Amino acid sequence: MGNPILEIKNLHATVGGKEILRGIDLTVNAGEVHAIMGPNGSGKSTLAQVIAGRDLYTVTEGEVLYEGQDLLALAPEERAQQGIFLAFQYPVEIPGVSNLYFLKAALNAARKRRGEPELDAMEFLSLVRQKITLMGMEESLLNRAVNAGFSGGEKKRNEIFQMAVLEPRLALLDETDSGLDIDALKVVANGVNTLRSPDRATLVITHYQRLLNHIVPDYVHVLAEGRIVRSGDKSLALTLEASGYVGMEELAETAQ
Amino acid sequence: MATQLNSIETLASQEYKWGFVTNIDADSVPPGLNEDTIRLISARKNEPEFMLDWRLKAYRQWLTMKEPSWANIHYPAIDYQKIIYYSAPKTNKEGPKSLDEVDPELLATYEKLGIPLRERELLSGVAVDAVFDSVSVGTTFKKKLGELGIVFCSFSEAVQEHPELVQKYLGTVVPHSDNFFAALNAAVFSDGSFCYIPKGVRCPMELSTYFRINAKDTGQFERTLIVADEGAYVSYLEGCTAPRRDTNQLHAAVVELVALDNATIKYSTVQNWYPGDKEGKGGIYNFVTKRGKCLGVNSKISWTQVETGSAITWKYPSCLLLGDNSVGEFYSVALTNNYQQADTGTKMIHAGKNTRSTIVSKGISAGRGQNTYRGAVKILKGASGARNYSQCDSMLLGDKCGAHTFPYLEVKNTSSSVEHEASTSKIGEDQIFYCRQRGISTEDAVGMIVNGFCKEVFRELPMEFAVEAQKLLGVSLEGSVG
Repeated sequence: MGNPILEIKNLHATVGGKEILRGIDLTVNAGEVHAIMGPNGSGKSTLAQVIAGRDLYTVTEGEVLYEGQDLLALAPEERAQQGIFLAFQYPVEIPGVSNLYFLKAALNAARKRRGEPELDAMEFLSLVRQKITLMGMEESLLNRAVNAGFSGGEKKRNEIFQMAVLEPRLALLDETDSGLDIDALKVVANGVNTLRSPDRATLVITHYQRLLNHIVPDYVHVLAEGRIVRSGDKSLALTLEASGYVGMEELAETAQ
Repeated sequence: MATQLNSIETLASQEYKWGFVTNIDADSVPPGLNEDTIRLISARKNEPEFMLDWRLKAYRQWLTMKEPSWANIHYPAIDYQKIIYYSAPKTNKEGPKSLDEVDPELLATYEKLGIPLRERELLSGVAVDAVFDSVSVGTTFKKKLGELGIVFCSFSEAVQEHPELVQKYLGTVVPHSDNFFAALNAAVFSDGSFCYIPKGVRCPMELSTYFRINAKDTGQFERTLIVADEGAYVSYLEGCTAPRRDTNQLHAAVVELVALDNATIKYSTVQNWYPGDKEGKGGIYNFVTKRGKCLGVNSKISWTQVETGSAITWKYPSCLLLGDNSVGEFYSVALTNNYQQADTGTKMIHAGKNTRSTIVSKGISAGRGQNTYRGAVKILKGASGARNYSQCDSMLLGDKCGAHTFPYLEVKNTSSSVEHEASTSKIGEDQIFYCRQRGISTEDAVGMIVNGFCKEVFRELPMEFAVEAQKLLGVSLEGSVG
C-alpha cells in the first residue's frame, strides 16, 4: 500500500444531462505517474475537469478523496491552492493581464493558504527566472499577457512553466502533447520529469503513446465510454500503439 | 454556465462606502429658480457687476433652451423648481481664511473620505481645493504655489482677487449659451476651482479638487477654470463623492481649460458620485460639460477619466485644437453596474495644422448597466496633416447589461488621417475557471481581467490616482461575480 494522493471511487459525472463518466475507480499514490489513454470522447478530459472542479460538470455518484479529504466539497480555487494543477488542453487567453502578475497572484494565493508569507516582486522575479530557464523560454514572455497571441506550442509550454512555479502535489496534464513538435515535446517532458518526486503525483492524459516515451508512466489506464477498461504498466501503451483502441468500446460494454 | 451568470449578477451588490451624511448647519436658499435666486447667489458671493450680468444672460438663454434628449439615457423629468441652488456650510460670513477656521466637522468629513486636508498640506505633494456642496472650504498649499505666481483658489476667491483673469477667460471655452446644462450652470454656479499657471512655470505638484455633495435636494453646480499660460504645465486631479440618498440629485458642472503656446494641461478625474442602490433608486444625475481649448501652437490638453459613480453620466470632455501642432487626448474608463447609465465620450475638433488627437475609451457594463460611447472627430478644412486615432473597447459582465458605440467622423481635409478601432468582449466562464484553477478567486479574477482591460487608461493617471482607481473599480464590481 502506497500513500494515496488521489482516490476516485465509482465516479459518475454528467454534462448537460448526458452521462460522460460512468463509474471510475482509480487510486494514485505519491511518487507515481499514471497515464490515462483512450479514444476521443471516452471521458479523459472530463475526468481532469471534474478533478479540477469545473462546474459545467455535475457529479451524480461516487466520491473523490484528495489526501484523504472530500475533494468534491472544495471550490476550484481551494483545490488549486492545496496543490492540484491542471495543464489545460486549450489554455485560455487573458488579455491585458501579464503572465508575471497572473502567476504571482496564483502563487501567493497558495502561499497564503499554507500560512506562508507572500513573495514580494523581487523574490518572485528571481524564482520565475530560474524556472523559465528550465523551460527554455524567453524571459520576455513574462511580460506578455497570459497566453494572448501565443502559438499553440508556446501556450502548452507556458502551462508547464506555470506548473514548475506552482509545484503542485497533483498535476493533471490534459493532452499537453497535442500540437507539439518533437523539440517542444521534449521540453515539456523535461519540465514534468523535473517535478517528479516521492511526494508528488502526476496524471498524464494523452491520446498517443509518443509522450510516454519521454514521461515514462508507472501505470497506464485505458478509458472507454466513461470507464477504465484496462490497466497495466507502461507496456500497455505500446500494445495500444500497435493495435489501436479498436475493441475497447466492447470491453466497456462487457464491463457493464 | 448558469452559475456563472447568477454569480455575475450578484457582483452587482456593492456597498457604497462614501454614502454617509455630515450633520452640519447649512445656509441654503429656498428651492426654485428665477432671476431673484440668481441675484441672491451673486449677492451672497459679493460678485462684481460683470458676473451678475453674465449669469442673468445665461439664465435668460436657458429659459429658451430644451433639455437635450439625444443621449442614450432614460430618466424621469427633472423638476428644476424643486432644486436648492445654493447651500453652504455655515461658517463665518467671509468664508474660511485658513484651515483653522474650517468647521472641524468638515475636516473630519474629508478625513473620512481619505482626503485629510491638514495632513495633505504637510505631507504629500498634492494641493487640494475641497468643495463642499456649493462652496469651497479650503485650499491647501496656496502660499507655496503663490511664490511661483501660480493662482490656485476657489472660484469665488478668484472673482474677488483676480477679476481681470476671470473676466478674460470665463465662458471663452464653454460659452454661457453652449448647451442646456452649461447655461444652467452659468446662471447658478456657486463655486469651483480656479487655476492660473503663469508663463514658463511648471507646476511642481498635482493640483486637486475634491467635490462633495452633502445637503439634501441640493444641486451642485461648480465651475472650474484652468489657464496655462505660454510654456506652462499643470496636472490637475478631480475626485467626487456624495451621500447615499433615495432621491436623485443633480450635478451640472462646467470645466474650461485654456492652453496657450507650448502649454500642457493634464486633467484627471475619478468620478464616484453615489450611483443609486441595487434597484436603481437614488443616485446622482451627472450632466457635465468639460472642454479644453488648445489655443496656442504646440499646446496639449489631455483628459483622463475614470467614471464609476452616478446614476446617470452625461459627459464629453472635449478638445478644440486651434493652435498648429496642438495635441488632444482622451482616455476613459466608464463602468456601469446595477441600473447605472453612462453616455460618455469626447469631441476632438481639429482646426489647426498638424493637430493630433488620441481617443482610448474602455466601457464596462455589469448588472443592468447601460454604457454608451459617443464620440465625434471633426477635421476642419484648414487642418492639413491632422491625425486622429480612436479605440473604443467594451466589456460586458453578464447578459442583462448593454454596450453601445456611436462614433461620428467628419473629415473636410484630404491630407488628414483618421483611424477607428472598436471591440466588444465578455469575461468568459473559461477565463474565470482558468484563474480559479490557478488558485485565484472569482472576484480577484474579475478584478484582474477588468483592470487588465483598462490598463491603457490607468497608466495615464498620476501614480496615487491609478492605485485609487484600481481599488475603486474592484469595489464597484464587488458582488457582481461570486
